[in-house]
Amino acid sequence: MGSNYKKNKVVPVTAILLLIGIFWYLVAIPMNSEKVSRQFKNLSTSEHIQKCWSLKKPKLPTPHQIVTEMVNTTFFKKVSSKRSLVYHGWITLQATLAGFFLGTLFGILLALGIVHNKAMDLSVMPWVIASQTIPILAIAPMIIVVMNSVGVTGLLPKAIISMYLSFFPVVVGMVKGLRSPDQIQLDQMKTWSASSNQILWYLRFPSSLPFLFASLKVGVAASLVGAIVGELPSGAISGLGARMLAGTYYGQTIMIWSALFAAAFLAAFLVFIIDFSQKIVLKKMAIIR
Amino acid sequence: MISVSDVNLTFETNDGPVNALRDVSLKVNKGDFVSFIGPSGCGKTTLLRVIAALETPTSGQVTVNNMSPDDARKAREYGYVFQAAGLYPWRTVSGNIKLPLEIMGYSASEKEDRAQKVIDLVELKGFEKKFPWQLSGGMQQRASIARALAFDANILLMDEPFGALDEIVRDRLNGELLSLWARTRKTICFVTHSIPEAVFLSTKIVVMSPRPGRITDVIESSLPKNRELNIRDSKEFIKIAQRVREGLKAGHVEDAV
Repeated sequence: MGSNYKKNKVVPVTAILLLIGIFWYLVAIPMNSEKVSRQFKNLSTSEHIQKCWSLKKPKLPTPHQIVTEMVNTTFFKKVSSKRSLVYHGWITLQATLAGFFLGTLFGILLALGIVHNKAMDLSVMPWVIASQTIPILAIAPMIIVVMNSVGVTGLLPKAIISMYLSFFPVVVGMVKGLRSPDQIQLDQMKTWSASSNQILWYLRFPSSLPFLFASLKVGVAASLVGAIVGELPSGAISGLGARMLAGTYYGQTIMIWSALFAAAFLAAFLVFIIDFSQKIVLKKMAIIR
Repeated sequence: MISVSDVNLTFETNDGPVNALRDVSLKVNKGDFVSFIGPSGCGKTTLLRVIAALETPTSGQVTVNNMSPDDARKAREYGYVFQAAGLYPWRTVSGNIKLPLEIMGYSASEKEDRAQKVIDLVELKGFEKKFPWQLSGGMQQRASIARALAFDANILLMDEPFGALDEIVRDRLNGELLSLWARTRKTICFVTHSIPEAVFLSTKIVVMSPRPGRITDVIESSLPKNRELNIRDSKEFIKIAQRVREGLKAGHVEDAV
């Protein structure tokens, strides 16, 4: 059934992709038309449309322009070059992974506290939720500035912002997961006079893994957003966020869009890795078959 | 072995207090096979849970092997088999059986020996490496019984362990349970709502009725200790079943008033 299901997905996904592409090219015409008219005179309609799709600094670049830019800056620049997308992607990825790791750790620790400590159970969750109602764009510059003033720059401030976004799904998922064993399983543990550490290790933690993986998928995507947002206010010169910022300064729309797509692919790739490890782990544990 | 005297247990619920047990007194001797039978809400499971220290009575005295139930629990004096097998999906049959041994800190070789012994006892040889989902419901419940036996407690408490199984599997497991009981000389407390099951298995049948949960009759079985399934056609068996039925009916009439 699994392979059938996959086969059936190819057609609709391609169809939607095609529709978006067509729509994109159509919209690019009115968006860039004015600029073309200003730069070129006496063009035939088809030449005009051609120009709309191939401006150097268009309002809306077309997919093939973005792909060309991405291919150029990914494969035809040295990875150490400031113009390489790989270089900028790597900078952002480092902060993302650091933040994701910290966020996951912090999230699990908070969840353990909430599940095992009555006072934390009653007090922590509202604060956790409140933390996510504050816009990250408001908090990010403060974190950068404060940490800068004590001499911490570079990866760590970005990782902190990243952590701030990614710990939340982990807390929520893990609290649910650690509480997922049913009453019979807990009573059973009691009849063996298991300590709460043993209950955690043998029962609660393994039961929580499906919940943890679901949270990690949300968390890793949030981490990437956090890392990019962390690059915006800091005047950073490297990273995908910095690349987007530089693009807006110089009107390099193609650069912005290619950084945006690079970020999207990176996020998809990270989610895919977690999804893949989830399948392996849960299969190994016979939780899914 | 187990002594329960004047136990009352009231649950506070949103609809007011519920008398789960009222003035329950009972003695279970070493080597007895005691069944608790009655309609739902009669407190038979609650009584078993009180003995296991999973519930605390509101008043009254309970001792298990001359200890308080909670001390008996901590001393691992009993094994408890729940309604659902409750096997861990990520552990094999033998891994599941070793789980309580692991928690109790047995050495690796000791765990292996004991697991092997109880696997033989419940006739699951050859299935040690299988995962729970690869077993039938009956086999899962046998694994769960093996797990309760693994640490060799004197007392086995069983809460409708075969309730979810079909009658054919249930008959076979009843026969196996009797021979297991004969071989191990354990004391067994067994909750059921099946009259034939209770009469077939027990040396003592405790008939209970609901609202408030109480004991209406205690029947010492006159059946011989060695029983085959066809004993259910004997006059003696039918007579005891009759008395159980009457005990249940008596509780029901009182309930209607």
